[in-house]
Amino acid sequence: MKSSSSTRNLLQRLGFGAMTLMTLATVAPIVAVVIYILSKGGSAISWEFLTGFPHDGMRAGGILPAIVGTLYLTLGTALFSVPLGVAAAIYLAEYAPDNKWTRLIRIAIINLAGIPSVVYGLFGLGLFVIFLNFGTSILAASLTLSIMTLPVIISTSEEALRAVPQAFRTVSISVGATRWQTIRRIVLKEALPGILTGVILGLERAAGETAPILFTGAAFFLPRLPNSPFDATMAVPYHLFVISTQVPEMPIQIQYGTALVLLIFVLGMNLTATVIRSRARAKRQW
Amino acid sequence: MVNMNRPLDLRKKPRIGESAIQALLFFAGILSVFTTLAIVFVLGKEALLFFNDPEVTLAEFFTSTKWAPAIGDFGIWALVSATLTTSAIAILVAVPLGMSAAIYLSEYASPRARSILKPLLEILAGIPTVVYGYFALLFVTPILRSLTGEDNLGVYNMLSAGLVMGIMILPLISSMSEDALSAVPRSLREAAYAMGATPFEASVQVVLPAALSGIGAAVIVGISRAVGETMIVAVASGATSEFTFNPLQAAETMTAHIARISGGDLSYNSIDYNSLFAIALMLFLVTLVLNLVSQWVVAKFREQYE
Repeated sequence: MKSSSSTRNLLQRLGFGAMTLMTLATVAPIVAVVIYILSKGGSAISWEFLTGFPHDGMRAGGILPAIVGTLYLTLGTALFSVPLGVAAAIYLAEYAPDNKWTRLIRIAIINLAGIPSVVYGLFGLGLFVIFLNFGTSILAASLTLSIMTLPVIISTSEEALRAVPQAFRTVSISVGATRWQTIRRIVLKEALPGILTGVILGLERAAGETAPILFTGAAFFLPRLPNSPFDATMAVPYHLFVISTQVPEMPIQIQYGTALVLLIFVLGMNLTATVIRSRARAKRQW
Repeated sequence: MVNMNRPLDLRKKPRIGESAIQALLFFAGILSVFTTLAIVFVLGKEALLFFNDPEVTLAEFFTSTKWAPAIGDFGIWALVSATLTTSAIAILVAVPLGMSAAIYLSEYASPRARSILKPLLEILAGIPTVVYGYFALLFVTPILRSLTGEDNLGVYNMLSAGLVMGIMILPLISSMSEDALSAVPRSLREAAYAMGATPFEASVQVVLPAALSGIGAAVIVGISRAVGETMIVAVASGATSEFTFNPLQAAETMTAHIARISGGDLSYNSIDYNSLFAIALMLFLVTLVLNLVSQWVVAKFREQYE
């Protein structure tokens, strides 16, 4: 190369310097979103806001029904997606032979992960709300969110199971345990923090989603809490969508407050997952 | 005492419990395949009802640029134009920034910077998209309007939605690209150093080209995510189905149209209702093709190093 080493060093400094700046430019706007919502929404949060019902056409009062609704939807999603997702992950990591069925399952999972959430919403409308006649309900919305969440839970759980060293299985089998005993008592126990992390991250996504529940379970306004799985429900993300687009003269404070509650809920779950993961890594013996 | 006269039976004992559990686990696995089929079936069935309606022709759906269900106009280009515009803006924002971040994190960042930035990006990837939409409408749009003049840019516009969508897909593109860069064997970098390359030259001229297909896959997945993104555009880019590629205008994407109709009183089995499934089927097919292409690209990449 012709250029002298000093210009090449300068080029290197400039190049990496620019990339460092661009990385900060990547993180900065997203951090800005969080800080913006935190600073604007903080003053809206009060005991009354968190535990009261909305009134005056949602322009005053609290958002309790939306908070409770999001909790119900998250729990409902967990109810279906966690057992099914972990079971599928165990099958893929521990049992699945390398054949065309397994490849088919893997292709299906990868592609399910790529389907837009609004498409899941219409699918849930067609299958759960209308065909199975669950109506616009917590049940239909939870099932729709479960299907959307499954690929995340399956792939992260499978990864956690595969990370458990083969020697653990060999030893367990060699002292007389059956395959299932080995999985249940040894492999699952070791993989638990990893699975838990994946489950929380999957549920976090479900809790923050709006599009899949638009048609399947979200209610514009409910003056009471839902009292059966067949009731429709308010939900925090949907509530934010509604009050920021469809309610004229909506007080800005309530909007910011709602956005903040949603952000805290979701980022709180994310933080929990991160803590579980790093603790498990620190404690791990293998 | 073991009876020495009888030969020891070493054959595998059938265990009913074990087999039942294995069958259950297999069922959970195969459920994904059934779900995929069910999605195709449900969307296809309703879309077929739409295309069978005498008011609609396939030719109109795929060529017309006017979407006004109230008067029987169903030309999907009115919605596709907005989807293409917002996605293009998002990709223009996310690809250069995301790739720089990926190269920085994989090739240059100190372990300390990595240990802060990587989890931060992961956490930020979890922000609900409706919050991003809200941010676009209340923070980004006012800034853009004060820059361009309020007469040139409406409260709802594709520019703001597209920019924020770019921010939203950034973490995805940077983390997938970083995986691709980290997968490049160390020996390639060391060979470059041995030839006298600086670390920057090695990163840009050797590692980056070697990881190009993985990065390509990341960009394709990013496009697919942008096309399917709903809440940002539903909140910030407007509620009029307008055939335009002008980012300063308000227009409704395919996804935002579906979201808006959900707010109204929808009578099941009306043509409006069925038209949503036709749009959803298009979205499903587009994202499916994009995802398959990205997997194909990644598989190609893997072959090179094995």
